[in-house]
Amino acid sequence: MKKKHDTPNLDQLESGPWPSFVTGFKRLAEKNEMMSDLLGQLEYSYANKKGYWKGGTVSVMGYGGGVIPRFSEVADKFPASKEFHTLRIMPPPGMHYDTDILRKFCDVWDEHGSGLLALHGQSGDMMFQGCTSEKVQDAFDAINELGFDMGGAGPSVRTSMSCVGAARCEHSCFNEAVAHRTVMNSFTDDLHRPALPYKFKFKFSGCPNDCMNSVQRSDMAVIGTWRDEIQVKPQEVKAFVEKKGRQYVIDNVITRCPTRCMTLKDDDSIDIDNRNCVRCMHCINVMTKALSPGKDRGVTILVGGKRTLKIGDLFGTVIVPFKKLQSAEDYESLVELAETIIDFWAENGLEHERCGEMIERIGLANFLEGVGLDVEPAMVAQPRSNSFVRMDTWEEEADKWRERHAEKEGVM
Amino acid sequence: MQNTVRQAIESGVPDPFPYMHPLMRRNYGQWDWHERPRPGVLHHVSVQGDEIWTVRAGTQRQMDTDTIRKLCHIADEYGDGYVRFTIRSNIEFMLGDGDRVAALIEKLGEEGFPVGGTGNSMSMIAHTQGFLHCDIPATDASGVAKSMMDALHEEFIHEQMPNRVRLSTSCCQINCGGQADISINIQHTKPPKINHDMVANICERPSVVARCPVAAIRPALVNGRPSLEVDEKKCICCGACYPPCPPMQINDPEHSKLAIWVGGKNSNARSKPSMQKLVAAGLPNNPPRWPEATAVVKNILQCYKDDAMEWERLGEWIDRIGWERFFAMTDLPFTRFHIDNWSGARYTLNHSTHIRF
Ligand code: HEM
Ligand code: HEM
Ligand code: SF4
Ligand code: SF4
Ligand code: SF4
Ligand code: SF4
Repeated sequence: MKKKHDTPNLDQLESGPWPSFVTGFKRLAEKNEMMSDLLGQLEYSYANKKGYWKGGTVSVMGYGGGVIPRFSEVADKFPASKEFHTLRIMPPPGMHYDTDILRKFCDVWDEHGSGLLALHGQSGDMMFQGCTSEKVQDAFDAINELGFDMGGAGPSVRTSMSCVGAARCEHSCFNEAVAHRTVMNSFTDDLHRPALPYKFKFKFSGCPNDCMNSVQRSDMAVIGTWRDEIQVKPQEVKAFVEKKGRQYVIDNVITRCPTRCMTLKDDDSIDIDNRNCVRCMHCINVMTKALSPGKDRGVTILVGGKRTLKIGDLFGTVIVPFKKLQSAEDYESLVELAETIIDFWAENGLEHERCGEMIERIGLANFLEGVGLDVEPAMVAQPRSNSFVRMDTWEEEADKWRERHAEKEGVM
Repeated sequence: MQNTVRQAIESGVPDPFPYMHPLMRRNYGQWDWHERPRPGVLHHVSVQGDEIWTVRAGTQRQMDTDTIRKLCHIADEYGDGYVRFTIRSNIEFMLGDGDRVAALIEKLGEEGFPVGGTGNSMSMIAHTQGFLHCDIPATDASGVAKSMMDALHEEFIHEQMPNRVRLSTSCCQINCGGQADISINIQHTKPPKINHDMVANICERPSVVARCPVAAIRPALVNGRPSLEVDEKKCICCGACYPPCPPMQINDPEHSKLAIWVGGKNSNARSKPSMQKLVAAGLPNNPPRWPEATAVVKNILQCYKDDAMEWERLGEWIDRIGWERFFAMTDLPFTRFHIDNWSGARYTLNHSTHIRF
């Protein structure tokens, strides 16, 4: 096909050592009109420093979300990319593929779409980019036949992400893939038919390294941790000290522990005061062969993380300090908790208010009461430091604590 | 012709196990330790003694089908036919045989896919859509990422940083790119110009009025027709009104600038997770290569590389050396805009006499 548009700006993005998306676009432009005009529009954006897409409504049979509609505002100049919609498709947890399925995606996309695929969007979806309104249904049908389903968009449960975790990481403290699927596949209705106050994202990280950025980027972060002692292989500790030297171990492990709970002994063994270990992962990260998370593993759950709009960036806040994730009942109760949170938020959240913003507005204590969780010191960095609060019911509240403690200690 | 519509199979998130390398399937949850024989390569050993090698390579994320087929071909010829992608759009090839790693790396090199992004390197920039596909961008995303990765390529293929470095870009102030060690984000500097003709036709006024974080938008009559007005003294130029209301033209080729934020961290290692902080702004949005922003990023990275201790993330390094020194070392101006005035700002001020001289 003949080249339709000159692209002096984009051409400059073909040089350099990093793979160039422009080169790929040009290959597609030789084969199809849509990508040829898309290149033209993108160049036009570069020249004028302006975007030229507007949204709209496009969907597939039975679903409300998952297609990101894009209509060009400069279709008179670039008619073939007048409609350039994206299909968000959920990948398997951990984004594993064999080459066979990837080739099938390519075939589907060459047939029904532009041939441009983003692996993956920040939302965690495979993004099949560049489809006409007419072709959206056919494209989805073909992808759906391969066993893949639409991701989230709009005020809905969104596509989730989980780390590689148990599949290839020794730090993994739970079965991320199973948790991810079990939770997400309990919310397919809320995913496909947007009807919530706003978006709701789950993310699953196998350990406190939080490779999925769940604490700042998800409404409900499920992060692996452990309750018992760090596992130590004494021989490997000795080997590590011998190889790296005492000073290295002191400077990079012992003194870097945030709670100063480790010591290096004269015989080159290490002692860990596990009661004060905050499960930060640092020592385990440095001494990957000698140290590992304990055996009594589970998850910490934090809610309310999000970016700036509208009240400023929020971290997730601990609402469940520790939860086992082993038996079928454990997974069921995880799903139930998620349902309770989403229901409470659907009822009490304002329009366009993320879960974390609602918690900010009503206070964590009210939120916990609403979803039926007890307050615990692990949920705060510190107790309140201002006295402007009404405490008529102090004794009642204190009794709740005493009762829970008596139960825990088996007195009752 | 009969037109039957196919009902979607609501299969949800697919099962990953059929797509997983068989060694990962067999040793699922059984991995014992790992090492990095060289940048871009991970070697994992399971408690059973099984071993797997992973080769990580950068991609352009926005890929044409030929590029994906090429990667598949490489995976079949030089690997075991299985790949996975990381959250930062790197591709990983898994191999059961360590002896085949070298040939795979060589092939990836020939085909132009840089091998790296592991350990204490700078991984691929988390980026978004920009001009290519978003309806609200003030700049591009893929182009910014490409330009910066070209300039910082050496830091991807080597592990020479004190700890891992994560970057992100965002092409509007919504910031899909997210928190990172260094984040390059659009920062608008002028209130939206309202296209009143558009408002009268399409706008849902209450929803845009509600969107503004500082209540700067009011319904108003303009030329006798219902429209909106913005109290320009109040407006903080956040752009939040633009997605629900296209007439709120916030994007401006000149006045939508780039700002640089540092010290975001979500890992719990050593210090608690932290938010990124503003360090530079007013940088021109200058396609196709954004040289001004790239220079600032490069400079910050160089200072961090020269001065941080091993295992210190960028924000942890600044916590140790202090902001006075950070601004001195990087030669960036400190302005009134660095002082937060949003809710919670008090906690970002220095309430002590801890000062470095
Ligand atoms: C009309 C408004 C919006 C549009 C068109 C939009 C579009 C998008 C797109 C296209 C992505 C995927 C980016 C990629 O990887 O290519 C994304 C992700 C994201 N968006 Fe938005 N977005 C909008 C509003 C918002 C708002 C209001 C927020 C925050 C309050 C937000 C926060 C995010 C975040 C954090 C991600 C990353 C996803 C993740 O980490 O899970 N977006 N958005
Ligand atoms: C082989 C398995 C992996 C190991 C052992 C591992 C290890 C780590 C460690 C030690 C940290 C914390 C760094 C620190 O702050 O000291 C970390 C953070 C991180 N990892 Fe991984 N990682 C693994 C896989 C991955 C993968 C596959 C990705 C996706 C590309 C990833 C993305 C991240 C990100 C984004 C962070 C930074 C979190 C932050 O901003 O603080 N990791 N990882
Ligand atoms: S979050 Fe933890 S378990 Fe998951 S990949 Fe990262 S280091 Fe491994
Ligand atoms: S995991 Fe962190 S807190 Fe626990 S002992 Fe290691 S360094 Fe200390
Ligand atoms: S950062 Fe803003 S402009 Fe860029 S893709 Fe996200 S919503 Fe669109
Ligand atoms: S740009 Fe932000 S502050 Fe200004 S009117 Fe719009 S929403 Fe309000």
